[in-house]
Amino acid sequence: MQNAALEYDYTVAKWFTYLAITFGIVGMTIGTYIAFELAFPELNNLFGQYGTFSRLRPIHTNVVAFGFTLSGIFATFYYVAQRVLKVSIAESKFVHGVGKLHFWLYLALAAWMVVSELLGFTTSKEYAEMEWPLDLLTVVVWVLWGTAMFGLIGMRREKTLYISMWYYIATFLGVAMLYLFNNMEVPTYFVTGMGSWMHSVSMYSGTNDALVQWWYGHNAVAFVFTVPIIAIIYYFLPKESGQPVFSYKLSLLSFWGLMFVYLWAGGHHLIYSTVPDWMQTMGSIFSVILILPSWGSAINMLLTMKGEWNQLKESPLIKFMVLASTFYMLSTLEGPIQAIKSVNALAHFTDWIPGHVHDGTLGWVAFMIIAASLHMAPRFYKREIYSKKLMEMQFWIQTTGIVLYFSSMWIAGITQGMMWRAVDQYGNLAYSFIDTVTVLHPYYTIRAIGGLLFVVGLFMWAYNFVKTMQSDKVLEKEPAFASPMGA
Amino acid sequence: MFHWLEKRPFFFSVVLFLVIAFAGLIEIVPDFAQASRPVAGKQPYTLLQLAGRHVYIKDSCNACHSQLIRPFKSETDRYGPYSLSGEYAYDRPFLWGSKRTGPDLHRVGEYRTTDWHENHMWEPTSVVPGSIMPAYKHMFHQNVDLETAYAEALTVKKVFNVPYDKPGHTKLGTWEEAKKEALEEAKKVADDMKNQDVKDAVARGEIPEIVALIAYLNSLH
Repeated sequence: MQNAALEYDYTVAKWFTYLAITFGIVGMTIGTYIAFELAFPELNNLFGQYGTFSRLRPIHTNVVAFGFTLSGIFATFYYVAQRVLKVSIAESKFVHGVGKLHFWLYLALAAWMVVSELLGFTTSKEYAEMEWPLDLLTVVVWVLWGTAMFGLIGMRREKTLYISMWYYIATFLGVAMLYLFNNMEVPTYFVTGMGSWMHSVSMYSGTNDALVQWWYGHNAVAFVFTVPIIAIIYYFLPKESGQPVFSYKLSLLSFWGLMFVYLWAGGHHLIYSTVPDWMQTMGSIFSVILILPSWGSAINMLLTMKGEWNQLKESPLIKFMVLASTFYMLSTLEGPIQAIKSVNALAHFTDWIPGHVHDGTLGWVAFMIIAASLHMAPRFYKREIYSKKLMEMQFWIQTTGIVLYFSSMWIAGITQGMMWRAVDQYGNLAYSFIDTVTVLHPYYTIRAIGGLLFVVGLFMWAYNFVKTMQSDKVLEKEPAFASPMGA
Repeated sequence: MFHWLEKRPFFFSVVLFLVIAFAGLIEIVPDFAQASRPVAGKQPYTLLQLAGRHVYIKDSCNACHSQLIRPFKSETDRYGPYSLSGEYAYDRPFLWGSKRTGPDLHRVGEYRTTDWHENHMWEPTSVVPGSIMPAYKHMFHQNVDLETAYAEALTVKKVFNVPYDKPGHTKLGTWEEAKKEALEEAKKVADDMKNQDVKDAVARGEIPEIVALIAYLNSLH
């Protein structure tokens, strides 16, 4: 073992990659469907009570956030951790077993989640809709991931933790804390012996419940959509481009800055609500400060490409990653702007918010996961990527989709916000609520088409990935950087 | 510079956890006790209203409707007085919502009637032309789960000291009493409705989801 190259074991990484592709397609197809429902309401009643926007919306967010994104994160983790720690997961039967169990229980949880939410079991808290038995299973899944993570760290040959590992550890710790506190609930069956055993009641009431929920809700974004995706880009962009990370100091500053600042920002979801003013102000101020560590990471990434911008033209993978960084910058500028009190007064409750979420999740998160999976594919299967052209097309189709999505939602949200507050010359409200709904029809249609384009791109991704697995363009040895691509 | 820390994963994780947890501690703890105090005269939900609240949650009405009126003239003109923290003291979970695809409902009981809700849930465009809300016809023939609502009421009474059965507060009583009370309340709602199937069901002693939901919506003011 001493001098031989390590043989990494990609079993678990592969499984999670397949799951990411599957959940990406499922979750975003549902998303596109409900987007069309808003434009064409007749679609709501195609599947009885199971097809309405309201019933499907939590399933869409859960499948995308915790199905697609987390699968992508786990897939990259089981790939990256072995490599940066210089250890094969197969070296320990225990850790390998934990990794496999992690996958299977996670899959069971995901299936249970979809079925239970379709049947209407929900706690109503956004991004924490799962009822208590599923929450408990989530804890088990999370502990298994942690065990695999610290197991691999314990076995490591490389003494210093590479920066991606910092971010994976932060994801593990942050989500664990947030999830536990936000999902504190009392199963009513066990107190009374009556009613549905799935039902529970929140430990917190009213304003407190809201406070804990958005402390969780915003930071679920932090520790699922931001932190681990930074872990991914810090590994895959330097690897794919063959360039070292631009600055160690900048990465330090942005890491610790992000960790300290992010959790303060949750309060910006509660501006002009009934939580105390000082908390709203803190949420607002810290959201603006958050630009610094966020842009720190993004600039660090973009400068990694210094002198090598030609790669942007040559490699669609680099394109995906560089545009992801750019979308991250856009999204982390847009968020703080929306958190400024006067802007929030206009933007809150409108479509500008889903617009913001989607330029982040589609442009940053999904692009990074797609890019990472296609970087891993040639190393998984020792084959060239099936088609470079297809990737190019996917990139442009999806980028068009995202642009349609966020631009239509910006216009829709600001229009809606302006109409809600508009008054006539006598100071009476100028519009009834329904006026502000019907005016949005064209934007809802454009948004749905944007979503459709993105889903088309996902199918191209899946096709390219599967074709790569079966391709006969076999590689003699693993590529050092730049993933080799076919026609 | 920080290499020493990056070589000690356990210590690294502890430091990291403290840095992450800090903000939550500062923001959440100080106001916790105060925010859970109800405004004067606030009553816990009746069993039927609570069951209706479950229907509201089950169909994720909160995905499109808020229950939080912000202190702006445009909002108080449109929806009524702005919301106060103590009004939510018995709300577990809170249902503020984060997106208004439809209007705010925090005081909907003030300006919509049983009859209006009935038509709206059956065919939204019949009362609001141009509405994009789905029809919720299944609520008219699906019975509400009263037992789970009772389990919840009893749980919050026992575990969180919600003042059910205290003088001047909502009466809950035993399961039998509560069921009877809920049915009485359901009859009053059904009297104002025109759907014959719903009326028949209530006369038989059943409570369709729509009846409970309307009882809940009417309680919002």
